[in-house]
Amino acid sequence: MLRENHPRSFWALLLLFVVFVLFLYGPTITITILSFQGPEGGLTFPMRGFGTSWFTQVFQAQSVGDIGGSFERSLILGAIVCLTTVIIAFMAGLAFRLRFKGSSILFYIVIASLIMPSIVISLGIGSLFELLGIERNWFSSGIGAHLTWTLPFGLLVMLAVFNRFDRRLEEAGRDLGASRFQVVMHVILPVVAPALVGVGLFGFTLSYDELARSSQAMGALNTLPLELQAMQTNATTPVIYALGTLTTAVSLVVIAVSLSLVLLLRARRARRSSI
Amino acid sequence: MARVELVGLTKRYGQTTAVDTVSLAIPDGTYCCLLGPSGCGKTSTLRMIAGHERISAGDIFIGDTVVNDMTPVQRGTAMMFQSYALFPHLSVTDNVAFSLHMKGVDKSTRRRRAAEMLERVHMERYAERLPGQLSGGQQQRVALARALITNPKVLLLDEPLSALDPFLRIKVREEMKRLQMELGIVFIHVTHSQDEALALADLAVVMNDGVVAQSGSVRQIFNEPTNAFVASFIGGHNVIPGDLIGRGRVDVAIRADHIDIGQAAPGETSLQGTVRMVEYQGTNVHLRVRGPAATDILVIKSEDAFDRDPVNVGQAVTLRWVATAARELH
Repeated sequence: MLRENHPRSFWALLLLFVVFVLFLYGPTITITILSFQGPEGGLTFPMRGFGTSWFTQVFQAQSVGDIGGSFERSLILGAIVCLTTVIIAFMAGLAFRLRFKGSSILFYIVIASLIMPSIVISLGIGSLFELLGIERNWFSSGIGAHLTWTLPFGLLVMLAVFNRFDRRLEEAGRDLGASRFQVVMHVILPVVAPALVGVGLFGFTLSYDELARSSQAMGALNTLPLELQAMQTNATTPVIYALGTLTTAVSLVVIAVSLSLVLLLRARRARRSSI
Repeated sequence: MARVELVGLTKRYGQTTAVDTVSLAIPDGTYCCLLGPSGCGKTSTLRMIAGHERISAGDIFIGDTVVNDMTPVQRGTAMMFQSYALFPHLSVTDNVAFSLHMKGVDKSTRRRRAAEMLERVHMERYAERLPGQLSGGQQQRVALARALITNPKVLLLDEPLSALDPFLRIKVREEMKRLQMELGIVFIHVTHSQDEALALADLAVVMNDGVVAQSGSVRQIFNEPTNAFVASFIGGHNVIPGDLIGRGRVDVAIRADHIDIGQAAPGETSLQGTVRMVEYQGTNVHLRVRGPAATDILVIKSEDAFDRDPVNVGQAVTLRWVATAARELH
């Protein structure tokens, strides 16, 4: 009988992988556990009792900061950035197929904002608004700052998607009497929809946890990562852990929603083919 | 009347000319095959007729109308794309009903008409499947139904059989021919397969380097090739220099099955050679004979004829044929 024995290298690599996973998720797990400290508990182990009191405190007025407000702003900002990124990345992906004049220069200009240090871009946006005498706000300069981060990502994804897109599908659409707009709505958009869900997910999560690009661009009102950073410097209670647990939960929910969206699309196809 | 006529049709891509002043008249109700090696301009020609490629020069007539600047729907053409280009996100029914949907036909009408069309191509059982769940042959039928539901005056087919396995190819090609006769419309079918063209075409158009090398009925093309390219591309022919057999400085074409082995009778031409290969092919046996000036000559004999007078590799033989079997080429 043949038996497959794993070579020694398998076990070495497995160990490396386990250590890596611990390193990746250890901090999150630690913080999640610590956020359930009892009311007498502190910032470090051991646990003194067990409870959810710190979670209720999150939403009460803090000595420093405004967690509820910044949380809400981050969610709205993330949603706006997500939607804007999806729309612009889709249209830019369509445009870049045409190899128009100056398209490669435009491409490098867009990608350049990925390479530049985030803090420099944030400072630049901050001082530009200062210079023009426009007040910085999370819903103006803030959105702009986040789009400098999410749009290049979205564009790169869409370029890869359209690179593989079979243009004969469009020709077939035209051949069957669809107008250019109908081709976009009935052929291109449905075919690339799963990729757009991905771009949206990217857009939301990149915006939701962005710190460096937010730092100089948000104006008076903080987003959640900024608020967390401010609290971290003078936090004395596990409330900051509770907040960390909550934001992690939000990220998980977003991922779960996206995945179920993709699964739903798949299920619809499967249901259609059940006959 | 939906005859198709090309007048000086030209397609240039930058410096290269893909289709060079092609003129061609395809009568109504004709099954026309555009035949040639890849890069000969046959697909560009088809795509210009379809309206998916701009015309650099010349005119396309469908019926009495110049259709150069019309959309595919205005032309009354429908195209079946290579590897079919079915919409991957739509069910078979929705694929077939797509053109009706775009026209704004209501849902129940278009579903009914799609169902009728699917019945016609025997695909009604697969109406709710997605294209990804169909075999190549089934996809081909759906693509055909999707094109035919537009009631085209001209059906354009870009290598419609190349994605199928050889067995299915022969079966589907029979169905295509039957369908074309039933509908009585012009089919223009692009292929690089001689067998396909010979089996299907009323009008065969052999293309090479962007020009028409020869057009006519398949029998004309097979029996009377006018140039060396057609004779060698259509297969079953030997092209040899005329001075080997005292015909001067022209090439001649001789059908491989018109050559026999043995001493020449009066009125026959003969050539000495050595057998280089004997290949059994079932019905026929193929012999490759090395003649003078290193010319390879293909001889096709039926199995029975070969068995009556077998030869071996390395044997010296005399090839013979009636003088009229050798056609001069230009």
